[in-house]
Amino acid sequence: MTDLTRLSAVELAAGMQAGDYSSTDVTRAHLDRIEQVEPAINSFITVTPDAALAAAGEVDRKRAAGEELHPFAGVPVTHKDLVVTAGIATTAGSKMLADWVPPYDATVYRRTKAAGLPLLGKTNLDEFAMGSTTEHSAFGNTANPWDTTKVPGGSSGGAAASVAAYEAPFSVGTDTGGSVRQPAAFTGTVGVKPTYGSVSRYGVIAMASSLDQVGPVARSVGDAAALHSILAGHDPFDSTSLSGDVPDFMAAAREGSLSGVRLGVIKQLVGDAPTGGVAEVFRAALDVAAAGGAEIVEVDCPSLSFALDAYYLIMPSEVSSNLARYDGMRFGLRVEPDEGPVTAETVMAATRAAGFGAEAKRRIILGTYALSAGYYDAYYGSAQKVRTLVQRDFARAFESADVLVSPTAPTTAFGFGAEREADPMTLYLGDIATIPANLAGIPGMSLPAGLSDGMPVGFQLLAPAHEDARLYRIGAGLETALDAERGGALLAQAPEL
Amino acid sequence: MSEKSAITSAEVAHLADLARIAMSEEELSSLTGDLNTILANVARVSEVATEDVPATSHPIPLSNVMREDVVGETLTAAEALAGAPAADGDKFVVPQILGED
Repeated sequence: MTDLTRLSAVELAAGMQAGDYSSTDVTRAHLDRIEQVEPAINSFITVTPDAALAAAGEVDRKRAAGEELHPFAGVPVTHKDLVVTAGIATTAGSKMLADWVPPYDATVYRRTKAAGLPLLGKTNLDEFAMGSTTEHSAFGNTANPWDTTKVPGGSSGGAAASVAAYEAPFSVGTDTGGSVRQPAAFTGTVGVKPTYGSVSRYGVIAMASSLDQVGPVARSVGDAAALHSILAGHDPFDSTSLSGDVPDFMAAAREGSLSGVRLGVIKQLVGDAPTGGVAEVFRAALDVAAAGGAEIVEVDCPSLSFALDAYYLIMPSEVSSNLARYDGMRFGLRVEPDEGPVTAETVMAATRAAGFGAEAKRRIILGTYALSAGYYDAYYGSAQKVRTLVQRDFARAFESADVLVSPTAPTTAFGFGAEREADPMTLYLGDIATIPANLAGIPGMSLPAGLSDGMPVGFQLLAPAHEDARLYRIGAGLETALDAERGGALLAQAPEL
Repeated sequence: MSEKSAITSAEVAHLADLARIAMSEEELSSLTGDLNTILANVARVSEVATEDVPATSHPIPLSNVMREDVVGETLTAAEALAGAPAADGDKFVVPQILGED
């Protein structure tokens, strides 16, 4: 019998519609796979087998009764444990929320439920989505399915690993500075950061509100398009939610084309920054694109050399504000001080000392500094101006290119603990190619370019705001060309777990 | 900016106090080093952020996002209190807020 966990979401949907197997079969196959590989991978903080099978059974019952169903009904999904789910623990990867069971659903979870996608569980992440390795989770490390001695990237490391390890065909992540695209790059999967505001953030635990966006992770461009279609759309509960029609991402992915497409290679990101192997794999992918009819041009975005600096002021500033709500008063952890008076103030300080990990504290303090009187204009104010410069650079670059391209990350996945060796700024440099899209609000995609020393390299495409469909059209064209060149999907080369 | 003197451990202690995070001496000292490393790098933003460049606070501008002023579905008091560390009836129970003196 076919291993249902190896099929794409598009194939699973078609198979269930044709009556070849039920959603219960599909869901059970994935739960079995989760049980098999979780000891080695640890993609999940919480697995929800009962809820998943109940939802699958409901889809099967409706299908048998001839009721109308969403085309992807019955295809299981995972949500990053930053997405609140009523009645199901939501931790944000933090001790602060270790025992918190939310009283409401995030809109993106409501949307996957309404489409009939059984929830397999909640995936691991860096605490409050702050990190690039998933090592900042209070719930243990997640391993990279390509090499379990290496990190899966982050902060949506569990999301990407769950998809790469065939534990789920669909996964919902979040991207504030690359947290969907970088783990997708590290695990040989496809990850998309949509246009800012195009996917609701209601019920998605906030990190940096002017940057955060929810996005899909999947094993192919077509599957990512399908999940993106389910997630996107206006939400009256999110005041930053864009109105207007959602483009047909799946049609764009099916159209998939490279012919006559102008790929703008971002000079600042391809110069000498990426390491040898990554640069070689990226350039080889460009050659494949060119052979497929794409025109390769170079674009200049000088302000990108300041983008990382601006990000590391704006993000912590917003983090310090958003994380102020974890005060031990209304929900989450409450810790009383060991000694001295027990007042609201001392309880807050003891709670936040015990509840937050080192990286969360570092960013809160940095943000508190950047926003404090006397420094606001020099830091936060200046960083917001850099944001304008980045937007201008991109607008100019898009005059000569349809999408802008670069390696998604300067390196492939590294070993556990590597980041402890480095100073924080060296580590932050890993986000240099992904951050500009968040600053500018534009959509970005990472898809597998190839392997460097046996580890996946991500190829990033950026499109103008509201042009997410263009990523799917060109991304699918590139994916087809790359698959033809290497004789199949890159993920097929991953070792058996 | 670059001439600005380095941030001191005492300043970090003040920031930690403002942010309501109790910190040990070791934490303060390691954080002081980290902050100085980070700030030395990011301070460059002021070099390019000249007067004529407007600030962008929100990447995709929207204005006047309103909804109709109608009663909607909301959490019940019991649901809102379900995650509270301490509750009494329909209220949150918090530690003493005002000092005794």
